[in-house]
Amino acid sequence: MTVILNQSFTGISIGAVLLLIALGLTLTFGQMGVINMAHGEFIMAGAYTTYVLQKDISGAGISLLVALPLAFLVAGGLGALLEWLLIRRLYTRPLDTLLVTWGVSLMLQQLARDIFGAPNVQTHAPDLLTGNISVGGITFANNRLFILGLALLCVLGLTLILRLTPLGRRIRAVVQNRDLAEVSGIATGRVDRMTFFIGSGLAGVAGVALTLVGPIGPTMGTNYIVDAFLVVVVGGIAQLKGSVITAFALGVLQSVLEYSTTVSVAKVIVLVAIVAFLQWRPQGLYTLRTRSLA
Amino acid sequence: MTTTTTSPIPAADTKRTVSRYERLRVPGAFLLGAVLLMGVAPLALTDFRLNLLAKYLCYAIVAVGVSLAWGRGGLLVLGQGVFFGLGGYAMAMHLKLADAAATGQTLPDFMQLYGTGDALPWWWRPFANPAFALAMTVLLPMAVAALLGFFVFRRRVKGAYFAILSQALAAALAIWLVGQQATTGGTNGLTDIQGFFGYDLGDPVNQRTVYFIIAAALLLLMAAARQLFVSRYGELLVAVRDSEERVRFLGYDPANVKLVAYVVAAGMAGLAGALFVPAVGIISPALIGIVPSIGFVIGAAVGGRASLVGAVLGAIAVAWAQSTLSDAFPAAWTYLQGLLFVLAVGFLPGGLASLVTVLRGRRTPTTPTGGTT
Repeated sequence: MTVILNQSFTGISIGAVLLLIALGLTLTFGQMGVINMAHGEFIMAGAYTTYVLQKDISGAGISLLVALPLAFLVAGGLGALLEWLLIRRLYTRPLDTLLVTWGVSLMLQQLARDIFGAPNVQTHAPDLLTGNISVGGITFANNRLFILGLALLCVLGLTLILRLTPLGRRIRAVVQNRDLAEVSGIATGRVDRMTFFIGSGLAGVAGVALTLVGPIGPTMGTNYIVDAFLVVVVGGIAQLKGSVITAFALGVLQSVLEYSTTVSVAKVIVLVAIVAFLQWRPQGLYTLRTRSLA
Repeated sequence: MTTTTTSPIPAADTKRTVSRYERLRVPGAFLLGAVLLMGVAPLALTDFRLNLLAKYLCYAIVAVGVSLAWGRGGLLVLGQGVFFGLGGYAMAMHLKLADAAATGQTLPDFMQLYGTGDALPWWWRPFANPAFALAMTVLLPMAVAALLGFFVFRRRVKGAYFAILSQALAAALAIWLVGQQATTGGTNGLTDIQGFFGYDLGDPVNQRTVYFIIAAALLLLMAAARQLFVSRYGELLVAVRDSEERVRFLGYDPANVKLVAYVVAAGMAGLAGALFVPAVGIISPALIGIVPSIGFVIGAAVGGRASLVGAVLGAIAVAWAQSTLSDAFPAAWTYLQGLLFVLAVGFLPGGLASLVTVLRGRRTPTTPTGGTT
């Protein structure tokens, strides 16, 4: 029993990481149909921000707190720049954005290699986050709990922004019907850039969280990006609840399968499950109802 | 579709009267290519360079399929590494077994080192038969593509969704191969292949023969692809790319049209993988994962996805640039590769093949993908 519970917690913590990464993607993907392969490198930017801060600010705890907003700004800034330079020219060709942003991600990886060196680097977790809490025989790692809390906080924050602020209303309007939003006087170009800023910024926050569970390196983004896209595809476009449910479901499925088989077989089974799921709901778990033919 | 995108491919009946020059252009170009590949290159290049060219031509064979599925069909196939790998592994498994049999062993060398050491796994056994192994290099990739394509296209999973799924498949296969160290060679893959159907691959003469086989396969597939492009099916494929709904309303099933393109492209990638093994002597998960899978698309994108010759030349040029530049300036090459990709896809969607038209006509580059498929 405790094994099952422990394994479920592992699954939930995998899901929390997936959720943090997929949250920004579902926003940018839903808004513009843009498939941003450089999202993984924005995660990397967030992680390196933490690393740089920790070298300059001594306390691991303080640097982590400073890193969260700063990584949001750094990654968000990169995202807004990318949108301004390239993506806004491509929004009628969504498939090509995948390839263009992949070119960008290659360059960003090499940039990281030139600045920080090819080997992975490590940060120190604050003392508070290194231990475990044991409740009724189940062990919760503190850093995993922190990531879970952070993921839920980000979902909450994003939900509030989308529901309550004028910007959120505009974003939702553009997602639902870009042309109608445009003729209603919404500057869709500006909304796009803000969406990209927020979505990429969330990638930066995810990067800070990832420094607590693994090494930081130039290729860290590519390890997560495909999984994150699968979450977005299964969850449905621009639907936060879809992403939340899917991320945790895939995380738990992955960890249960890993326990009963091997890591590699688990990956294959998860993929087959996703294809099977798309037979049942081709547009993902939650969909926007539109009148478009496609 | 709100915007009408003009296709870079002229419709088949725009030129009713064809001049003699026009009629001879395609066979002439084909003949020129054949002379260059079969006559000039083997005479002019050293053994080492000819072997490198053989490797690039394998990538070019993949590009023929990419040009069909992506350039004509608008299907962004990001998982060609899967099919390349299936073809490559099928071939390598047979060659490893043949090598082992030649030295009187029953198990390939890596299995004696890392494996359980007793019997050959059941799924390795049929590959001892050369005819079965050769058939599998093409049929296995086509079967996998047919299975995935059938489910995915029938449910109208499109565009980004399809691209991401095909990419995830490449990741899953690479991870699975790495995990099965004892039966697949794990991260190392199947290495150190000595013989090719009884001939010693260490002998330069036999290496040349392998080159000729690869060059012939490329020429043959290009001719076949061109015939497919100008056929009724080719027209239908372009129609599906540009407006799937209209094709559906006309009574065709777009799912079947797309499925054929995907399966044929997969078979070509499988054949390319199979030919890659004797030319290079190795197949490993590093050659078929996500990064190489996108790499297969790069060449076609830079050269011109919609133009068959453009895609093939692009694949060869990018592969050549990669091996020359990445040795001398590894960092600079990565920047250049990324930049090339951003510029080619972002600002010249027709690829270098459309550069002349763009410069001469001062037209804005046309978009080969309708964007929704």
